[in-house]
Amino acid sequence: MTTGASGAPAAPGRARFRRPPLSVWTERLIETVVIASGVSAVVFVAVILFFVVREAAPVFVSEHFSLREFLFSIEWYPTSLVKVRYGVAAMIVGTLAVTTLAMALAVPFGIGAAIYLSEFCGPRLRETLKIVIELLAAIPSVVWGFLGLTVVNRLLILLFGASVGLNVLNAGLLLALMSVPIVVSIGEDALKAVPDAHREAALAMGATRWQVVYRVLLPAARHGLLAAALLGVGRAVGETMAVLMATGHAVQIPGGLLDPVRTLTANIAAEMGEVSQGSEHYQVLFAIGVLLFAITFLVNLTADLVVRGVRGK
Amino acid sequence: MRVPRRFVTAALAVVLPLAVLSCGGRRHGVATVLLDRGSDTMINVAQAWAEAYARVAPEVSVEVAGGGSGVGIAALIEGTVQMANSSRPMKPAERDRLRAARGVDPVQIVAGYDALAVFVHRDNPVASLTLAQLEAVYAEHGAAERWSDLGIRNTACPRDTIIRISRQSSSGTYDFFREVALRNRDFKLGTLELNGSKEVVELVGHTPCAIGYSGMGYATPAVKMVPLARAAGAVAVAPSPRATLDRSYPIARPLYVFVAGEPEGETRRYLDWMLSPPGQAIVAAVGYVPLPAGHTEAGR
Amino acid sequence: MFEATPQALRRRRQERIATSVLAAMTFATVVPLFAILGYLLVKAWPSLSISFLIEPPRDLQTHGGIWPALVGTIYLVTVSLAAAAPVGVLAAVWLNEYARDNWFTRTVNLAVINLAGVPSIVHALFGLGAFVLAAGLGQSVLAASLTLAVMTLPVIIASTREALAAVPWAFREACWNVGATRWQTIRAVVLPNAISGVLTGVILQVSRAAGESAPILFTGAVMYKAVEKGDLLPYGLNESVMALATHLYNLVTQINGAPESLQFATATVLVGVVLLVNSTAIVLRVVLRTRRKW
Repeated sequence: MTTGASGAPAAPGRARFRRPPLSVWTERLIETVVIASGVSAVVFVAVILFFVVREAAPVFVSEHFSLREFLFSIEWYPTSLVKVRYGVAAMIVGTLAVTTLAMALAVPFGIGAAIYLSEFCGPRLRETLKIVIELLAAIPSVVWGFLGLTVVNRLLILLFGASVGLNVLNAGLLLALMSVPIVVSIGEDALKAVPDAHREAALAMGATRWQVVYRVLLPAARHGLLAAALLGVGRAVGETMAVLMATGHAVQIPGGLLDPVRTLTANIAAEMGEVSQGSEHYQVLFAIGVLLFAITFLVNLTADLVVRGVRGK
Repeated sequence: MRVPRRFVTAALAVVLPLAVLSCGGRRHGVATVLLDRGSDTMINVAQAWAEAYARVAPEVSVEVAGGGSGVGIAALIEGTVQMANSSRPMKPAERDRLRAARGVDPVQIVAGYDALAVFVHRDNPVASLTLAQLEAVYAEHGAAERWSDLGIRNTACPRDTIIRISRQSSSGTYDFFREVALRNRDFKLGTLELNGSKEVVELVGHTPCAIGYSGMGYATPAVKMVPLARAAGAVAVAPSPRATLDRSYPIARPLYVFVAGEPEGETRRYLDWMLSPPGQAIVAAVGYVPLPAGHTEAGR
Repeated sequence: MFEATPQALRRRRQERIATSVLAAMTFATVVPLFAILGYLLVKAWPSLSISFLIEPPRDLQTHGGIWPALVGTIYLVTVSLAAAAPVGVLAAVWLNEYARDNWFTRTVNLAVINLAGVPSIVHALFGLGAFVLAAGLGQSVLAASLTLAVMTLPVIIASTREALAAVPWAFREACWNVGATRWQTIRAVVLPNAISGVLTGVILQVSRAAGESAPILFTGAVMYKAVEKGDLLPYGLNESVMALATHLYNLVTQINGAPESLQFATATVLVGVVLLVNSTAIVLRVVLRTRRKW
């Protein structure tokens, strides 16, 4: 018998009785509809990529545009009357800066919380805390941006004497809070997936709970934990509204955490509404979209391979 | 054919809400819809006009959207809107495109005036600035990086840095400031480019080290508007309706509404109302400068 | 004889320190939600009222309520759900119940994962290029909803698959053994048993669709629409709308002279709507889990 994707045996073929033809026909029709739906998912990804690349394509072959300038120059002057320049390097650094800071905060706290929930918590408390963390993830991005613009802004000037409160630190804090739920959720799944036998064996040898975590569980779950971190990265890189409002949207390479920056996503959001369709500026913004697509594709692919590596074991 | 009940329920759950929602739509009795897009600077006044006009002519609905002067003009060229708000004149290339696409010339109507004020935090002691100083602060390769470079002791700012705040690069306000204050040079990298006129002033109000520019009507008690002088030694003028109209304030501009060809019908009625006393009272209420009396015909 | 050795004492101290640190870390991830909700409520209080919810904005949107935006969000969410849920559930059914493990299925899997990771702004670009321009829908409820649908589709597929996979294999085998076809099995046994997971996944995406602003920024959401107080069906499907998320953004960046409490009140309503929907999903999940037959 052939097997389906989940190892299922195929439905019985020729049986001893004959099915009513209408039922067979309905079955085939439904199967077609279902397959079409499945295919549509592939189609959408392909179509999204196609559209974004198509709108961006003309600029890649245009003569004023140089791919090297695009990727390596920090000068972004799409509407200049002096010299039009399309360099996104500063924005790539901006995206990297806020994402790195966000992960530096979210990963330790997230995995710490995941360990606590998985190993040190009673079941009742665990369910409650998991719900709270899930609700944290539901807060919309524009609300985070709003909080960054009003609350965190003033806090940073007050506490750190920052010249301006919209900077890498502001956005990094917000992104960390936005990514922590994913890290906790997937990290906890990864820890739960480690068989109890590992724990029991370590405990039987006299290890304390922390020693079990530190010496047995973390190494055993490291692939899942890495995937959790990577998915958190994916979330942070793709974030738009919150960083638009909290980074200060300044094109520059930050000298420190208190300097404003601009991310790739925020750049598209801020300028897309104001370009005329088909213009060079429009095409370059789509080119940034292609770049973003590539970055998140890589991050997701890595996460998927890492997780697959676990299952393959 | 016996259709299973669950299937019918599921199908209804999808189709029914769609059917109900498609019944919605334009207010009862609304015969015409006018679409007005463009300048974010003008969006508040455009919307105030739309709101007030709904009481004057309930059978007409005016829909307002922003996106920037360029977007409004582009929409006018494509024919998806009847009116485009713009805080800058139409570029020759845009005029040509309109002629080519719609076969008519654009008609430019001046609906009011706006002064671009330079804002600093209210604790910043600066008394006035010249256009040259503004250029030194904002322009690429400009020499002023710190308040002390301008000869100003900004006691409110311990680090003495100038935090430059601007609008985003595709905004008409940005274009206009660049033209007058920077003489069309580019802005320095590291300038914070914010998305809304109000956001600029809000941020300056929280940031003692900051300097920013935005429409005069967006002032708040947390900031102060800096009087500007065209040149060193000239008299520094503070932004005000009078200074805007007599052009003594250096950074003042008209606010335009563009239409394709001579306006007719409901569009014409709306534009006439906009330029009439009730419409102009709204311009003043929003914080812009209304047309001087006697100029209430559609200007060119 | 049973005195603890120095090493054991050290280990026990380590254990205590570790537990406290981990608990503190968990606390740090849990407290922000309450802090944020509390702060929003306190700052929003002066503006919050029933009339805030059902009245339209007035005086250049500096006073009044958020009714058009609230209704607009409901429109967007409903239409996008009507589009995404059937396609997503059926796609998951195909992937989990019908598909054989070959290169094509693996590609589909990869595609779904990638679609889930696409940044919301790229979805916005796609929506602009495909629905607003190419399909000629213009800035409308349809264009914005379809963009949201494409955004929520992959997560609906993923969570439905999980729910379907959780139904024990034995159930399916039992059906086949009495002669049911694959679709009959799915319709009568698998889907009903997976319904809690499916519904939860769908409802969670509802809250996400309600909260997103980037995908609707240039595909259908505008700054101002004249809507009467309490008008339940103010928008046509081909018209542009106001939406809560973009309305908050406009209030913060563009609208001049609104009291701070108005901004906070809008944010509170948005967060409230989203949390309400999420809580419904969570409650549903808990309730239906107790009714499970395995």
